[in-house]
Amino acid sequence: METIALITSFVLILIGLYGILSQKNILKMIVGFSLFDTGLHVLIVTVGYIRGGTAPILDQVTGTSNVSDKIVDPIPQALVLTAIVIGLGVTALMLAYALKMYQEKQSLDIRDFKELKW
Amino acid sequence: MIRNFFIILIIAGLAGVFVSLFWEFGASDTLTPLATHYANNGAAEVGAPNLVTSIVVTYRGLDTLGEVTILFLVAAIISFFLKVEKKGQKMAPPRVSSEIILTASKLLVPVVLVLGIYVFVNGHLTPGGGFQGGAIIATAFVLLLMANPRFELNHRIIAAVESVSGMAFVLVGVLGILLAGGFLDNKILPLGHFGKLFSAGAIPIIYSLVGLKVGSELSNILSNFQDVQKDEL
Amino acid sequence: MNLLILITLSVIMLVMAVTAVVHKKLTVAVLATGVVSLMASVMYLLMAAPDVAMTEAAIGSGLSTIIFFYVLNKIRKAK
Repeated sequence: METIALITSFVLILIGLYGILSQKNILKMIVGFSLFDTGLHVLIVTVGYIRGGTAPILDQVTGTSNVSDKIVDPIPQALVLTAIVIGLGVTALMLAYALKMYQEKQSLDIRDFKELKW
Repeated sequence: MIRNFFIILIIAGLAGVFVSLFWEFGASDTLTPLATHYANNGAAEVGAPNLVTSIVVTYRGLDTLGEVTILFLVAAIISFFLKVEKKGQKMAPPRVSSEIILTASKLLVPVVLVLGIYVFVNGHLTPGGGFQGGAIIATAFVLLLMANPRFELNHRIIAAVESVSGMAFVLVGVLGILLAGGFLDNKILPLGHFGKLFSAGAIPIIYSLVGLKVGSELSNILSNFQDVQKDEL
Repeated sequence: MNLLILITLSVIMLVMAVTAVVHKKLTVAVLATGVVSLMASVMYLLMAAPDVAMTEAAIGSGLSTIIFFYVLNKIRKAK
């Protein structure tokens, strides 16, 4: 089970990186970044998965103490929780920059922006 | 062509790294020592059934504070960046929404708002919490904005909610230093009965503040993108 | 059974990711990204992470797609 999720996350990261590197349109590059982000989140959650574990929420069935052999790892989940929100913030910031760049040059092609090219 | 060659080279290199990582990866059957500590003592120390919440709010509370700060900075930069000068500018003709969206938004917006509040108030008992609840509240504002595009969120109210909840978050953290073990300690209130709504010390308060702050920040970002739609380039 | 669902989800995710990168139309690419996020949230649910699943469903496939469409709409209007 975790093998499939691991392969999916690796391939998603590679597809996202290919999108970032190969596309000329700035919005398509942001789409690639978004895919990369999703792949990373799947990867981190997969690393914390324990075979046969249940969700890290305690109740009468799991008991309240000595539950370490029943639940999955809660730390990667807590990290991904914040990472998703930050990912939305970064995507929104990039889209705002893209909009501003479009208003500047009337173009979204990355080859039209040569000011910082050497 | 040389560009495509470099792209393929980079992708192939990363794929090689991933393949070697894949062979190293073994499915683990036991938790790491830190996670074992959290799992065995989390219920007694923090008193929240949802261990993810107790990690996000109490064990790693400082990270959450930093994360909310980053989100605040993002919202501030976007509103600075997409600022629209109101005077002397032609407004685009208003788009008329369909009857279905207008009626549905009247019915659904209060329900979605209540769902968001439920999700962040019960963050320590059920899956969910401040970030999810805040996102759901922002979704309600999206529905409102879609139904009537001329609708303007009152920026003063949003700014007030955001700054008051942020200040209160830090204040609760400082109270933790004075009354309990350290910054953002949740034992400033009694832990209460395990599994009840008013339990786990200050966690429901802190997560509600986080939910209000995240909800107002995301709504602020969305309303800035909406304001840009109105003026012509 | 879970394994079968997971394989289906993973296939849909990868197909949609390739669509998002290679398709000419930006609208289709953005929608495909939203589908990838939605499938990822179901995958989190199967891997015993309900908190993360809720966040991804609300933020990754909801708000993120909407912000993309705001920007697309603005650029289409300006043309």
